[in-house]
Amino acid sequence: MDFGRISRRHLLQGSAALALGSTLGIRGAAAAETTVGFIYVGSRDDYGYNQAHAQGAAAVKKLPGIKVVEEEKVAETDAVEKTIESMVNLDGATLLFPTSFGYYNPHVVKMAGKFPKLHFEHCGGLWSDKDPKNAGSYFGYIDEAQYISGIVAGYSTKSGKLGFVAAKPIPQVLRNINAFTLGARLANPKATTQVIFTGDWSMPVKEAEATNSLIDQGVDVLTCHVDGPKTMVENAARRGAMVCGYHVNQSPLAPKAYLTGAEWNWEALYPKFVKMIVAGEAIPNFYRGGLKEEIVKVSPYGEMVSAEARKHADDVKAKFMSGEYTIFKGPIADNKGKTVIAGGTDRGQQDPELEKMDYLVEGVIGATA
Amino acid sequence: MADASLGLWTVPLAVFGGAIRVSTPFLFVSLGECITERSGRINLGLEGTLVMGAMSAYGISYLSGSPWLGVLAAGITGALFGALHAGICSLPRVNDIAVGIALMLLGTGLAFFLGKPLIEPTAARLPAIDFGWWSDVPQLRAALRINVLFLIGVAIAPLLYWAFKTTRWGLLIRTAGESADAARAMGHSVLLIRLRATMVGGFLAGIGGSFLSLFYPGSWNEGLSSGQGITAVALVIFARWDPMLCLWASLAFGGAAALGPALQSVGITSGYHLFNAAPYILTLAIMIITCSPKRTLTGAPAELSITR
Repeated sequence: MDFGRISRRHLLQGSAALALGSTLGIRGAAAAETTVGFIYVGSRDDYGYNQAHAQGAAAVKKLPGIKVVEEEKVAETDAVEKTIESMVNLDGATLLFPTSFGYYNPHVVKMAGKFPKLHFEHCGGLWSDKDPKNAGSYFGYIDEAQYISGIVAGYSTKSGKLGFVAAKPIPQVLRNINAFTLGARLANPKATTQVIFTGDWSMPVKEAEATNSLIDQGVDVLTCHVDGPKTMVENAARRGAMVCGYHVNQSPLAPKAYLTGAEWNWEALYPKFVKMIVAGEAIPNFYRGGLKEEIVKVSPYGEMVSAEARKHADDVKAKFMSGEYTIFKGPIADNKGKTVIAGGTDRGQQDPELEKMDYLVEGVIGATA
Repeated sequence: MADASLGLWTVPLAVFGGAIRVSTPFLFVSLGECITERSGRINLGLEGTLVMGAMSAYGISYLSGSPWLGVLAAGITGALFGALHAGICSLPRVNDIAVGIALMLLGTGLAFFLGKPLIEPTAARLPAIDFGWWSDVPQLRAALRINVLFLIGVAIAPLLYWAFKTTRWGLLIRTAGESADAARAMGHSVLLIRLRATMVGGFLAGIGGSFLSLFYPGSWNEGLSSGQGITAVALVIFARWDPMLCLWASLAFGGAAALGPALQSVGITSGYHLFNAAPYILTLAIMIITCSPKRTLTGAPAELSITR
């Protein structure tokens, strides 16, 4: 046993639990219920990425016979291993959700190897067949929801200029920007999306400056892909621009400016996972999906969304729900004029090529480097 | 304005607007630190004070509905942190830089802990004064929506410059900073002068924090400061302990922070990481140019632990 990893706090908690367990004999009773652990990288009420997961955890809490333990602000270092060990050894967690992308390798892989009987479900889609079988990885094709946002944005913009405050030019972010733009151009073929990269996931001052510069350029509908969209949503609404949200529903922050948004739907997925585990079913190691699979969803439309926009967006949404729609359908050119998806080629939801996206489509103003 | 777009003019406008919007916390923290350092002590803990100020301002504004009460609360919190720093440093053989680092960690940690329930609610914000009423360019009007705190900060700089030069208080602070023995010989308590100077410094830094959470970006979250407090402390050295230079340096830093996003918004996208790093490159460059191994920095108070 590696004693270097046990902190004093854990030791105290451990001995307290042991004392309690031995005197009252409640260990057996506690084992009757399943304990599920959730680990967040940030604060769970950030109106963003972590809140989306915490909403999923809240849905799990409502299930009978399930106990939920949570820890927030756990860094993507061996801090997450300590948290996992403490959840397993002290709280008796048998299913863990380390929700941040950077937790996976090497931390979750290592812990899954160490505790082969427990289940680890990591958000990010990083599992490969070399990894332990009790580790799984799930992710959502949120670009489908961004596409719907784009359609609504395309109808709502008066200037034809849309803005996107993005953190870093990584494939997932680029895919969202491209889907948003392609959706907007369905509604308004002349629409453009101006993108600004802030350089990191949480930079409130930079995000506010980016929002202001975009609006100064004539942009009147904005969306974003950063950890906490609150700054963008509030500052854009103050300047009289409209917004599409991300991660969770931000309409309480700006009810008059909020058109719609791309949201995670973890409150549908997590209870499903927990029920599968309790029933003894295996969760596929690689679990992904979009609107149809109820992993992502679209925020309810704001009042100012026109009937025409609602109809078009609902039509496309219905096609996603029946699984017959492809966003990245050739021919698609990038914003330098090069064809990136040839005519006749359909890059469907699960196409691995899309995971390597390194271009911005025609209509996006900005560059990836 | 046919299509309400200014093209390339956005860049100077954004830098100008950014100088006003982003500079205020730099300005308050650097002016506060200027007072503290002139009295012969360095308070590196102002990063923590800034974050504590931002959190307490947001909390009080949310609970009371009055943003101005929030600003006051931020100032008082800052003054208390200043008093704590000065109190610990008045013990014999205590290093002010080490205490500052400890208080920086304490301030940010405590603010994150107490600020947990404040991330979600929306607090009343400080109002802005519309100085752009004469213009029909919406971008200019937006840039000229100026917060009173910025104006107060701009007014404090020359006031402080004048006070250091001509008032008795200014002289006392400078004496304590240049030669503690001289101040003692004059019959003044150096510790008391430094206590007051550190408390005033903390008060100003706390108010700088209230600007972050109550005006721009205008909400409380844990990434709010991202090092602005510590940058502002460095600004004081950069500004040679001169309040007027602190003002210009803060404006330059604010403008530089707006440069990256503004250039991207007009389509200059190559090397945005470099533009985002502009303020830091600027600091490094000026530090290297003005440094000399042969003499101490001009204007540095002689009692500072870094120059002594």
